[in-house]
Amino acid sequence: MIFKILFRNAFRHKLRTFLTVCGMSVAILSFGMLRTVIDAWYIGVEASSETRLVTRNSISLVFRLPLAYRDTIRRIEGVEIVSYGNWFGGYYIDEKDFFANFAVEPKSYLELYPEYVIPDDQRIKFVSDRKGCLVGKKLADRFGWSVGDIVTLTGTIFPGKWDFILRGIYEGRDKNIDETLFFFHWDYLNESIKKNQSTSTDHVGFYIIRIENPYIAAETSEAIDESFKNSLAETLTETEKAFQLGFVAMSEAIIKAIQLISLVVIFIILIVVANTMGMSVRERIGEYAVLKTLGFRARQITLLIMGESMVITIIGGITGIILTFPAARGFSLAVGKFFPVFNITGETMYLDMAVTVTVGLLAGIFPAYRAVTVRIAEGLRRIG
Amino acid sequence: MRNEDLILSIDNVYKSYHRDSQIIRVLEDISLELKRGAFLALMGPSGSGKSTLLNLIAGLDQVDQGTIEIDGVNITTLSETDLARWRSFNVGFIFQFYNLIPVLTAFENVELPLLLTGLSKRERQEHVSAAISVVNMEDRDGHYPNQLSGGQQQRVAIARAIVTDPTILVADEPTGDLDRTSAENVLDLMDRLNCDLGKTIIMVTHDPWAGNRAHSMEHLDKGVLNHDL
Ligand SMILES: Nc1ncnc2c1ncn2[C@@H]1O[C@H](COP(=O)(O)OP(=O)(O)OP(=O)(O)O)[C@@H](O)[C@H]1O
Ligand SMILES: [Mg+2]
Repeated sequence: MIFKILFRNAFRHKLRTFLTVCGMSVAILSFGMLRTVIDAWYIGVEASSETRLVTRNSISLVFRLPLAYRDTIRRIEGVEIVSYGNWFGGYYIDEKDFFANFAVEPKSYLELYPEYVIPDDQRIKFVSDRKGCLVGKKLADRFGWSVGDIVTLTGTIFPGKWDFILRGIYEGRDKNIDETLFFFHWDYLNESIKKNQSTSTDHVGFYIIRIENPYIAAETSEAIDESFKNSLAETLTETEKAFQLGFVAMSEAIIKAIQLISLVVIFIILIVVANTMGMSVRERIGEYAVLKTLGFRARQITLLIMGESMVITIIGGITGIILTFPAARGFSLAVGKFFPVFNITGETMYLDMAVTVTVGLLAGIFPAYRAVTVRIAEGLRRIG
Repeated sequence: MRNEDLILSIDNVYKSYHRDSQIIRVLEDISLELKRGAFLALMGPSGSGKSTLLNLIAGLDQVDQGTIEIDGVNITTLSETDLARWRSFNVGFIFQFYNLIPVLTAFENVELPLLLTGLSKRERQEHVSAAISVVNMEDRDGHYPNQLSGGQQQRVAIARAIVTDPTILVADEPTGDLDRTSAENVLDLMDRLNCDLGKTIIMVTHDPWAGNRAHSMEHLDKGVLNHDL
């Protein structure tokens, strides 16, 4: 019966409840979306492997390293595979249609990234064709490419028109794998540079190294950097995770701002729900006094009010969570190129629920306290 | 002077309220005894302290001084918690504005006090049906309060008050909000509860016509009981 009263009370003021539920769902929706944006930001960090190191020029990423370093690195203890590559910075038709593209050493690179799943025949063709390229499924879908197509990129760092034959399309092994990348042969890039003699040849932007196990990451990184100390191009080696974090750190202020906004959103909805509950309880203070007159206890009155508050926030919260999915899909379609992976994580949903419950409880506390402590005679007086 | 037949005995009760720094003395040295099965009308002008006294008797408020004993229990010594428990078993309330819970049907409203007893659902429904038939509301028991007239609501409220078979019934201006016919109805009902079912009733009213329906009368004036009238 308590639950009957509580539910019916929750829907007594249809419009008020409807508006509060709407507010709650919008708040949870925004909270979930903001969290998902932050998650998307950190996806490179999430997807990084603990057994991969990245070596780059210690001065800056824009300076490159001699290809000759490869053999030195290979000889360092704990190193299993060494691959390398170069940021290419090309675009397809329209410069604004951004996607990441790299020139890499295909065979070793794919060994290093088993999370890129490619059909065997496509893998063989890509590795053996010097003008071949490999692209992620989302990227292929975006531009309508299929295997066998000729794809022409316009270089920005390496000027000119570059023709590639699409040899393979990879899919991510897990949900958090970026499927918007574009890879081609480093040799193809290097030879073209040789012909044009525009920049120095036989240089790479970064080395990717697989080590035997995560525990030797620190000492191996140190050993690599030590080898090139006092050479013309000193190196900086770090784990893939640290490397990715370095990118994210640049936008830390924005992320902090987003986090702050999501807190503000929660705070606002807390006030809105608390106000709704405050109004409702104030109007019904006489009814609670009657219940107390009949012998109902503080515990039951509290349950009645907190329960009503929870009903409102939970309906709103669940609606918000459900709405987050289509919203995230829409968002992903709209700005997907900046966020290659845009998934709502389980953690976000748990947080949504935790926020829902917390708001429900906090919003109910003060009205419940009032209803419990108001003297019966006082409460009864308010009737009529 | 213990007496088996005595159901209520009030001894030298004082009650005052504090408003800001001002002390309002509402009840002064009230003493009163009531026999089991009495039907008392508590009369007096507005502001004389009738509701205050009734609230004290019903265990809704605490005295400043003095004792109130009901059916052998000194309720002035009970804690808030024990008092709430005591109320749920011993007092039936009838209010001027009926005070039914608007989101519950007549039947559910009557069932409400029984939730605090250990009765099974079946037992509860039997009690509720019995109480509702006493007040003649069987055909409207699925209605919500706002679908009932004032008189009908008050009858449901009376059913709610008697459903736990309390020791005493207290009624604060039970006819104050009703037209003459409905009021007559309610008073007839209370009379039946008193005569046929032997319920002890204390009714506050400032309407002499309603007061005359009771079997005894006490007058409160400026917080003092006036037995002589
Ligand atoms: N909580 C309170 N705080 C301060 N004063 C109070 C309080 N409750 C009652 N009073 C005062 O006590 C006096 C008696 O009030 P009470 O309600 O008992 O009168 P009453 O006889 O029932 O009057 P009415 O016939 O108008 O209902 C009044 O002067 C009232 O203002
Ligand atoms: Mg009164």
